[in-house]
Amino acid sequence: MPAGRQSDPSRISPYVDDEFYRTLVANFSDWQRDEFEVTNPAIRDRCQALLYREARLLDQGQFEAWLSLYIPECLYWVPTTPRGGDPRKEVAIAFDDRRRLEDRVYRLRTGYAWSQVPPSRTARLLSNVEVFGTEQPTAYMVRSTFVINEFRAGEARRLAGWYGHRLAQQDDGWQILVKQVNLLDCDQNLRNPSLIL
Amino acid sequence: MSMLETPAGTIRLPSTPELPYDWDWLVQEDRAHRLLYTDPAIFQDEMTRIFGATWVYLAHVSQIPRNDDFVTTQLGLRPIIVLRDSQGTIRALYNRCTHRGSTVCRLDRGSAKAFQCPYHGWTFLNTGQLSGVPWPDGYACDFKDPQFNLAQVPRIDLYRGFIFGTLNPEAPPLRDHLGPVTKPMDEWLDRHPGGRVTFCEANRLKYRGNWKLAYDNSCDGYHVVFSHRSLLDMENRLKDPREKGMSFYKSRPDEAAMYCQYFGHGHHFKDKRPNVAKRPGALWEIEAAHPGMEYYADKLRRRLGAKAARALDLAASEPVNINVFPNLLILGNHVQVIEPLAVDETNLTWHATAVVDETGELDGAVDDVNALRMRTQEAFPNFGEVDDAANFEQIQRGLLAQEDEWVYMHRGLGIPGRIKVADNGVITAPATDEVFMREYLKEWKRLMRAQPQLVVRREP
Repeated sequence: MPAGRQSDPSRISPYVDDEFYRTLVANFSDWQRDEFEVTNPAIRDRCQALLYREARLLDQGQFEAWLSLYIPECLYWVPTTPRGGDPRKEVAIAFDDRRRLEDRVYRLRTGYAWSQVPPSRTARLLSNVEVFGTEQPTAYMVRSTFVINEFRAGEARRLAGWYGHRLAQQDDGWQILVKQVNLLDCDQNLRNPSLIL
Repeated sequence: MSMLETPAGTIRLPSTPELPYDWDWLVQEDRAHRLLYTDPAIFQDEMTRIFGATWVYLAHVSQIPRNDDFVTTQLGLRPIIVLRDSQGTIRALYNRCTHRGSTVCRLDRGSAKAFQCPYHGWTFLNTGQLSGVPWPDGYACDFKDPQFNLAQVPRIDLYRGFIFGTLNPEAPPLRDHLGPVTKPMDEWLDRHPGGRVTFCEANRLKYRGNWKLAYDNSCDGYHVVFSHRSLLDMENRLKDPREKGMSFYKSRPDEAAMYCQYFGHGHHFKDKRPNVAKRPGALWEIEAAHPGMEYYADKLRRRLGAKAARALDLAASEPVNINVFPNLLILGNHVQVIEPLAVDETNLTWHATAVVDETGELDGAVDDVNALRMRTQEAFPNFGEVDDAANFEQIQRGLLAQEDEWVYMHRGLGIPGRIKVADNGVITAPATDEVFMREYLKEWKRLMRAQPQLVVRREP
């Protein structure tokens, strides 16, 4: 591969490796503990603002701007088991690295993704935001509860669950490292799960 | 492992009168009537004449690896517990208390020696036998009477880990029923170490449409470049010189080496393997981008050397569609199950499969193969099947137009030399042909007209 491309996770994506999986599973185990709760209102506000911005960009269909909230070596993860499971040993509803997230947006933009023609209109509600500290001083885990109100093709419905976000203060502002979407009915048959959750 | 194939203790059910329909008008050589997809009476009848009277796929042995393990499922609309009882016998119990009819098991899966009905506490062993009722002195009856044991599917048989059941004592033995479809099933299994796979969660989808829309689609090579255009575009967006995924459908697919086949008893097969070079690694080379592919491919090559190509092919999607009527679709590395819920509602469960390597064929690299194989399997349900399901829903909507009665399936019909019939009856046609649909609907029609004498079994 040309050296110039190696750093572009849109095309070449070597970062999903053993260490990535190990760290992911460790970071998403046993993190919602009272003693880790962040009480600094400035940090809580910053995390909440990032989550609200993400929800707004998705509601507005601004997927490219939405992607820019994520670090280059990010993950969007929708497990198929209520406790997240081990993604090395079981399939997820979605397990998208940067390149696959861009695939996802690319597909929606082709105009031929029939499950999103017409596209979903959504109004997301986020609540119960709690911020937890991690072993890394600049990284935080955030739990929030969501309801996605969706209207598409003549029908309204609701999707609900909770998000686990891993956020960090980067050089150029706050960004999302990992988003875990825990649907209430993640282990049940889902009708048209083609929207970005 | 023992199976219940002897229908001792069976109870004959009253036969269902045939619907007053002209089946030859509803299913013609070139077309099928919209009522097949929209009529609640036909759907109800299918639950008896198709899902009761022919062999139906129920579960996979890897879902119940140990004695006392169970999974809940449906046989048609009948709630069923498929389990391995405490002695190791595989059974399919009706999940229906013999007292007032409540389900006795409310979990998707688990392990239990007995099931206690939550309503009045009647308790059943995992053989189906009633083991006790609260305050029996209030009853004058003899609870040893088998009528109080849970009903169960009288005939259960396995084909290489796939568990099937039927209520029809007249159905042929499972092997005879499967017939030539066992060949692609064998080949699909035998590409794995030890000739087997294990289930590892599923992409579970649901659509508002008739179950047959999924079966009509399962061997359909005509829809691919249209229904899945966004997927084909997406998989080739990086402009790799080698075309990725199902690109072989793009120009003149009928002239490609792939083909479809009809095997009888409703089973059909689309074989895309001839489009891919036969050498190890060729399948992996047409895989589109997946998370982790650079790292794990590199790791496998370093670890296995020349054997890595074959290991990587195990993480690649096997280019076949093996469709076992009425509800089992083996495709890529998935075992997809069609679960009818109502005339216009269906679950499509895409069970993912993992490689097991008890013989060490992969030199300890099985976890790396599976880490990759999980990601390759997430692609099609996310970026392909959702669009098919959207189209199934829109077919169901279109078919509400009562005066416009017909669904056409005549692609390939009447073109000399296009369809070949072998001495054993196997029909072969180009990949976009609709012969598979014409033929399976003949079998559907035969079953809908038949007068099966269905039975259930209760432990003596």
